[in-house]
Amino acid sequence: MMQAVTSIPPFESFYCEHADPVLGYLRRLVGQQAEDVWQETFLKALRGYDRLEHGEHLRAWVFTIATRAAMDVLRGTARDDAARADVDVALLEVPDHDGFDQAAFEEIAYLTHDLPPKERAAVVLRYAYDLHYAEIAEALGSSEEAARAAASSGVRRLRRSHERDA
Amino acid sequence: MNVTPDLDARFRAAALAAGLVDVRFDIVPSPVGDLFLAATSKGLCRISFTPDSAEEDVARTFGVKMLRLPLDTIRRELDEYFEGKRHTFDLALDLRVAAFNEAVLHELARVPYGRVETYGGLAAKVGRPKAARAIGTVMNRNPIPIVLPCHRIIGANGSLTGYAGGLPVKQALLDLEGATLPL
Repeated sequence: MMQAVTSIPPFESFYCEHADPVLGYLRRLVGQQAEDVWQETFLKALRGYDRLEHGEHLRAWVFTIATRAAMDVLRGTARDDAARADVDVALLEVPDHDGFDQAAFEEIAYLTHDLPPKERAAVVLRYAYDLHYAEIAEALGSSEEAARAAASSGVRRLRRSHERDA
Repeated sequence: MNVTPDLDARFRAAALAAGLVDVRFDIVPSPVGDLFLAATSKGLCRISFTPDSAEEDVARTFGVKMLRLPLDTIRRELDEYFEGKRHTFDLALDLRVAAFNEAVLHELARVPYGRVETYGGLAAKVGRPKAARAIGTVMNRNPIPIVLPCHRIIGANGSLTGYAGGLPVKQALLDLEGATLPL
């Protein structure tokens, strides 16, 4: 017998499920520019929504779109110190939605702002959102090994800076 | 970190303006309970008395790019109908049904406000006088009840027979229209 494929839910259901977590994620990555990137993310998702082949891995899919949009912004503003300062302030905000690891967020919010964009995204997706490396690889547009390497490199960098500060 | 109503509204407006929405839908209160309304760019495509299951059902027929957005014109005409001020609807419809069903629904739309017709009578009007049972099936699957008035179709013995929204709703609609059942 054929395995039933998860059908694609109506976009409204998909949107209601992921709108808040994606906004929280983007606030952590791009601070005050999060709302613009968030809207761009969901418009892109809607544009491609009828080309999905099944309804599996939709969370990883939308985080992929969000991560790529955020990376574009981070690369564009990395040299801009003023924008960087905005990001740091926003990272200190405490999220208030369900299904989110509060302790992990507080760790990561304080620690990741000095990481290069790719490592930062990998660390946040792995430790705050508990995505698998295959999903993170998809989000970063890289191999699973590269995603694993980015996360562990990010964690090593965090550990070094923590030891330096201690 | 919740999406504010303002941000949510901006996204919905942007999605609509960009032409990315295939189906707009809304759930609105009415004197006969909450109604699920859906429309494509061609017109009203669904009214349902069971909002919980209607969303996925509509997605299967009209596509998954569905977003909840106000359907002001449709809602206003329905409100006027329930207030007894409107006897006919001026709404474009998007019917995606088999040819026979479409022919039956077109004939159904001509049954006047406040009047009733039998399944057999409607069958005769579409040139299939013996197809009363098939007419019953088409009524049962009517995608746009109220606007396409299947509540005006009753059994040959004057019984209400059946209705997607339940017989009390069928009776309430006929009462609203001042229809008298032949006994």
